[in-house]
Amino acid sequence: MPEPSSAQDPAESVGNAGAGGTMDFAAEQAGSLTAPPPGEHLVPEGGTTTGKPRSLWSDAWHDLRRNPVFVVSALVIVFLVLISIWPKLIASGNPLACDINKSQDGPAPGHPFGFDLQGCDVYTRTVYGARASVTVGVCATAGAAILGSVLGGLAGFFGGWWDAVLSRISDVFFGIPIVLGGLVFLSVVTNTTVWPVIGFIVLLGWPQIARIARGAVMTAKQHDYVQAARALGAGNTRILLRHIAPNAVAPVIVVATIALGTYIALEATLSFLGVGLKPPTVSWGIDISTASTEIRDAPHMLLWPAGALSVTVLAFIMLGDAVRDALDPKLR
Amino acid sequence: MGRYVIRRLLQMVPVFIGSTLLIFVMVYALGDPVAALFGDRAPDPATAAQIRKDLYLDHPLWQQYVHYMAQIFQGNFGTAFDGQPVLTLMSTAWPLTIRLTIVAVVVEAVIGVVLGLFSGLRRGRTVDSGVLVLTLVVVSVPTFVSGYVLQYLFGVEWNLVNPSVSPAAPFSELLLPGIVLALVSLAYVTRLTRTSVVENHRADYVRTAIAKGLPRHRVVLRHLLRNSLIPVVTFIGTDIGALMGGAIVTERIFNIHGVGYQLYQGILRQNSPTVVGFVTILVIVFLIANLLVDLLYAVLDPRIRYA
Repeated sequence: MPEPSSAQDPAESVGNAGAGGTMDFAAEQAGSLTAPPPGEHLVPEGGTTTGKPRSLWSDAWHDLRRNPVFVVSALVIVFLVLISIWPKLIASGNPLACDINKSQDGPAPGHPFGFDLQGCDVYTRTVYGARASVTVGVCATAGAAILGSVLGGLAGFFGGWWDAVLSRISDVFFGIPIVLGGLVFLSVVTNTTVWPVIGFIVLLGWPQIARIARGAVMTAKQHDYVQAARALGAGNTRILLRHIAPNAVAPVIVVATIALGTYIALEATLSFLGVGLKPPTVSWGIDISTASTEIRDAPHMLLWPAGALSVTVLAFIMLGDAVRDALDPKLR
Repeated sequence: MGRYVIRRLLQMVPVFIGSTLLIFVMVYALGDPVAALFGDRAPDPATAAQIRKDLYLDHPLWQQYVHYMAQIFQGNFGTAFDGQPVLTLMSTAWPLTIRLTIVAVVVEAVIGVVLGLFSGLRRGRTVDSGVLVLTLVVVSVPTFVSGYVLQYLFGVEWNLVNPSVSPAAPFSELLLPGIVLALVSLAYVTRLTRTSVVENHRADYVRTAIAKGLPRHRVVLRHLLRNSLIPVVTFIGTDIGALMGGAIVTERIFNIHGVGYQLYQGILRQNSPTVVGFVTILVIVFLIANLLVDLLYAVLDPRIRYA
């Protein structure tokens, strides 16, 4: 690790040493996932930093841009979001236009993935299926993250009876296996939109986020700058919003990103079991469910939607992993 | 120790009541079990009223819950709507699911810890990166996909195992379903063990053990691994309940008539006594597994004492 040149002032050299040490460690961490090009961590730091030490966020961003895992998963996610908003970009057909004569046919010109049981184009359905998964994943994560961090954060900050009640409530939710809860809750819902599924995932997902937020707020609360702010006469609201929230949000973001991937898998599992999304919504879970009985005759019906689902989940989990490596103070 | 156990048992009571009440309300309040009995036809009002009375459904919900719990603690789980006592269903379903869970737990614990230790000791090398990428891929493939693909490959294409499990379900036939059930947890166990081993590798006691000249296998197994197992044991303990509940998908794929199968049937047909009965037992299993895990800490780490 190159030391900053002696011409720089002491403050800068401290900042650079910190950042340099971080970079070194981050490269090691990244190396544990995918080997970085040799000597990557030897890139001189002086050229990229300004005079003052970088904040956690710009530091993390600095690490992330150089992490191939992050770049690849972010590109996949941007692509998924684009095709879930505008599926016509890459698929011109109609996912509900099916020709039963072509049932289970293999690939044909213009239909690279073949046809499913109803004779629908598997490629078009796979592209359109992204929308349901991404919508459920993003909305459910946003809901669970907001609800969880508000409830958990307040419990961590104020403690007392609300904290005790919240801990017991999350114990209750943890005691119920999530697929089972989904079956019970969603089997009586007749609404065919994505909203009941999102609502259910938020309902069972928030305690996990609340636990993380509670712990993060309790740690941040102990710090001297919070005492200092209080001594200067700041009220609870100001302390929570200005001092604690920015310092406690990192673990929540990490857990939420990883949870997003698992929520997408959960939606597909529930749709597979017949209680999640329902036709005519195009969903990978539904398509995999129909294909699963025909796997002997037409494996292509299963492999494409299953592959798309797995790549999506993988992209979000890898993104969360990379963000954690960049943000986790324990690794610094 | 004794006082700790008693305190923990008391803490379980509100959680037990909360979880079972939640499921009870979901099952009984969201759907109408009597209407479900009649399918598409509208029941005769007098008949419906009589059934409600027989099933104790004519009382307020909280009274139904208290009545139900009182019955359970007398060993009476009620009768499923098809006339079979729920206890009979349980006595055939639970042994299957317990066997399946044992296979899954053994698979995830043994393979996961070995892989995690292996890659943790070779941190940053090719083996380590390979194992980490593999775990990420395994986590991303949902159980119902890996289940069907493995069933197709091993059961149909290569003809190595029977694709569907026979009613007796001996351990040998449960090996593939057990692996499928364990796959995602296996990946988590591997990653947890690896992280923990990497963290403890630099601990003072490991350096001391090496310095005093202990053979390497003793340092790794007795000092490093034993101290690294605490988060792993926690995960496996909490996972037991999730495995039993998550067996719904696996049991469906491999046609095993265990707890997951009965629950799935019960939920789809709104067979409320079956659902609530099985879930109550699941919640108890989950709580006891968590308690056992906490008690295991003291065995693994002598620094932990329970007052």
